[in-house]
Amino acid sequence: MSGKASAAAIFAESRDVGPLAAIDARVRLAAAITFLALLAVLHTAPALVAALLSALAAAFFARLPLRSTLRRMTAVEGFLLFLLLTLPLTMPGHELFRVLGLPVSEEGVRRAIVIIVRVNAGVLMAAALLSTMGTMRLAGAMSGIGVPLRIAHLFQLTVRYVAVFHEEYARLRRAMRARGFRAGSNRHSWRSLGQLLGMLVLRSAERSERVAWAMRARGFAGSFPAFAQRRLERADRLCILFWPALLIALAWLEFS
Amino acid sequence: MAHIPDGVLSVPVLVAGGVVTAAALGYALKTLDEDRLPRVAVLAALFFVASLISVAVGPTSVHLLLSGLMGLIIGWAAVPAVFVGLVMQAVFFGFGGITTLGVNTMNIALPGVLWAMLFAPLLVNATPRRAAWVGAAVAALSVATTAVMVALVLTLSDSSYTLSARIVLLSYGPLLVGEAVITGFACGFLARVSPEMLAARAMRRGGKIAASS
Repeated sequence: MSGKASAAAIFAESRDVGPLAAIDARVRLAAAITFLALLAVLHTAPALVAALLSALAAAFFARLPLRSTLRRMTAVEGFLLFLLLTLPLTMPGHELFRVLGLPVSEEGVRRAIVIIVRVNAGVLMAAALLSTMGTMRLAGAMSGIGVPLRIAHLFQLTVRYVAVFHEEYARLRRAMRARGFRAGSNRHSWRSLGQLLGMLVLRSAERSERVAWAMRARGFAGSFPAFAQRRLERADRLCILFWPALLIALAWLEFS
Repeated sequence: MAHIPDGVLSVPVLVAGGVVTAAALGYALKTLDEDRLPRVAVLAALFFVASLISVAVGPTSVHLLLSGLMGLIIGWAAVPAVFVGLVMQAVFFGFGGITTLGVNTMNIALPGVLWAMLFAPLLVNATPRRAAWVGAAVAALSVATTAVMVALVLTLSDSSYTLSARIVLLSYGPLLVGEAVITGFACGFLARVSPEMLAARAMRRGGKIAASS
């Protein structure tokens, strides 16, 4: 992940398109959280298939761009890869075949598939419901569903300064490159990067001082005006009706 | 590395992580008054950006967690800072998950805060050299603790994760080295340039955070 692309991803405010965009941010956040919480307990094949299908449907209705979504799904963490590779070998059970003299168990393969499906359904659903709404709406949605106001405000402010520091960091790195710096695995590089980090900390501390004073000068006394929430409309009410039905259906597939 | 996605951990582990993180967040937010909210936001943003720096360690390269440095500079406020950072990672990049926010925040933030608290007395009036060694020690211990906690969380979720949990433990080696070295140099630099920033003293209420006076 390059830094530039990542900063752009954060600041693409509200790329909401498609039918899902009509649904209120609070409803989408609540829907995502409840879906992911239920997903954590799903084990059986029918329930997982249904969960993956509903995540795919949500991704379709959110009109997620194909390429970046695929990249997101394949960017599994290193340990997940280990997990998927070792599970078939380490779980005891019915032997399917042998790899390098090690038995591959049916139970292990099954468990690995369960994890792949669960992780991808989760990634897709989170991407479909949350990633495109934009940070300010997400902060508003957080406070709207009962997340403490301070966390929502902290989130909002942090996102704003990520852009500032990303520019600062890019500038410092450019200055280092202009002096012929190339990062390698040696003492000089580590020292330079350590000092770069120290410099960033210092500048951010100075900036935070200025920001705190500027906010006080404008009468900030610990809280912002509450987030404006729009009234729930027809699309929201439909979603509120439909979502529990989906969750109950998934739970029924799992536990019946 | 420490970003466990949705769908891997068992429910009791998720709930326990959520409870621990909620308690730590509650404690950290209680001390976060109107003076500190913008400061923590600015520093949280900085640490988020700094974790994008990739550092070459031998044949591999790592992205820093910076939990040790965060603990040293902002103390308990590192918990909400990490939490917010993880929300951004999960929502915008798809790293980590929503249900695992509690577990991941616990694994990353708590070791940094606690080791920094333990070592903070050594930083009072420290020479740059000593600050560098203390910073490196805090960073190394924080990463090691995070690694152990990630492995533990995986093992507790499912006993068949044990082997991969051990591999995870080993894979933290390069990160530990990179984190210790870079944090060490950064702390040495800060001790030379702005000694009052270290040891989280700067984040006390009404305290000056920066060298700008």
